Amino acid sequence: MGTYELSLIAIVSINVLLALSLNIITGLCGQVSLGHAAFFGTGAYVAALLAGSGASIFVSMTAAGVATSLLGLLVGLASLRVRADFLAITTMGVGFVFVGFVRKQNWLGAEMGLSNIPDHGLGEWGFVVLCVTLVCLVALLTAYIKRSWLGFAFVAVADDEDTSRTIGINAAAYKLAAFIIGTFLAGVAGATYAYFTRFLVPGAFGFGVSISILAMVILGGLGSVWGVMFAAIALTLLPEFIRVINDYKIFIYGLLLLLVMRFVPGGLADLVKRWPPLWARVRGRRWKAS
Amino acid sequence: MESVLTLESIVVQFGGITALAGVDFTLKQGELLGLIGPNGAGKTTLLRTIIGVVRPTQGRVILQERDVTHLGVDERARKGIALTHQIVRPFRSMTVLENVALAAGHHKTGSVFRAFASSSRRSESSRARDLLELTGIAAYANAHPSALPLGALKRLEVARALATDPRILLLDEPLAGLNHIEAQRLADTFRDLNASGITMVLIEHNLGQVARVCPRVVVIDNGKKIGEGATREMLVDPNVVAAYIGKEAVRA
Repeated sequence: MGTYELSLIAIVSINVLLALSLNIITGLCGQVSLGHAAFFGTGAYVAALLAGSGASIFVSMTAAGVATSLLGLLVGLASLRVRADFLAITTMGVGFVFVGFVRKQNWLGAEMGLSNIPDHGLGEWGFVVLCVTLVCLVALLTAYIKRSWLGFAFVAVADDEDTSRTIGINAAAYKLAAFIIGTFLAGVAGATYAYFTRFLVPGAFGFGVSISILAMVILGGLGSVWGVMFAAIALTLLPEFIRVINDYKIFIYGLLLLLVMRFVPGGLADLVKRWPPLWARVRGRRWKAS
Repeated sequence: MESVLTLESIVVQFGGITALAGVDFTLKQGELLGLIGPNGAGKTTLLRTIIGVVRPTQGRVILQERDVTHLGVDERARKGIALTHQIVRPFRSMTVLENVALAAGHHKTGSVFRAFASSSRRSESSRARDLLELTGIAAYANAHPSALPLGALKRLEVARALATDPRILLLDEPLAGLNHIEAQRLADTFRDLNASGITMVLIEHNLGQVARVCPRVVVIDNGKKIGEGATREMLVDPNVVAAYIGKEAVRA
């Protein structure tokens, strides 16, 4: 496997990590976030700064996760005051504030970006193994959360927050937990990205990135682990292999979001669940027609 | 009888509108209290004040000698107050059984860390099945709420509230929209549950059923308590009759 293939695996892993992290906040707990790239960016810049000061990749990654989850906690606190579309606008604002802030900070490289991020020291293969291991761990963690009572209560909070309170669920604590876990993972994804590119510019964490991550979660199916992973892989690889998709990336992502929300709100996961009866219906129509 | 819940001079204002103007009453251990009054009297606001959805402008809510006025809804729920909604509010992405099992796991969902550390739903599902049997909707266990008729959804509200092992069950018009037979059956269920030791407050416009199952009622009109006492006496009290059908009609 050449350098190109290895770098593809790394970038796919980073996007899968990001999609899974947003899936915990939006997919499982129902808190819409349009500013996830800000958490991704926070992790990336924290890791880059730490790497620059000589910290090892594992220390940088952990610290990036912790620092990002602190920011996530702050935004989570906002989610206790605003809901649904208001939360979407608030988180979108957080995304813009992040990019606007970084662009003006010389110590973060401002518009020119942060370069010369030290090498991770794991070698090409070692880094890819780390990326894939992280994906596996986060997928397993998400699957466990879904099965646990934490995930069960997340579904209730996503479904009807007020009613969940009447059965003793502290919706505020659950929302904060979703933000802390989800943003910690986004921070780790950001750190992975920093070590992967070794060069950060504010534009890499803009609104378009937040929408791309959201598109992966919605297309895969809110809350579905394998659906979101599949969508993240597909939406990362398709622009690589098909030129026209890369040229019209944002247009296609937007269109996909629109179509999925209109026709299959449950995403690919729901489509597959409904596939056998759908198939039977199509066959039935054909037989009737013949 | 020992009192489990006391409301002291509850005042609730929404902007310039006074929904409750100094209501107080005491709920005794093990009783099935009817809360009646004409539309817009403030009954639902009163129940919502007890569970904590509405915060009173003045007054105190005392649960077993402890002031819970400043506690949130979930904290009050964990202290044993449960509510069934007038307009049914099932978790629509869950099955009927899951709706009840989630509530039955209140000791696990009460803490995020405990919830994260627990994954088995066996005992809660089994308890949920028992409650679905008790409320007569076991046949719908694996259905989604969208497939249920209103009568079954009303029973689901009751089953879910019971799953939290409440000391006090607040029932907000649970019989509304049900036909005579369904209403009678559900009212009988309440009487049986009350006999098993659960203290209840029942808001209901079906006064026939209230008279049948509630020995005592509190009557509210225009945000004020206008009567309290034995149901048979209250239903013929001139003030209560006037509140329901108007003073002119009573004089005529």
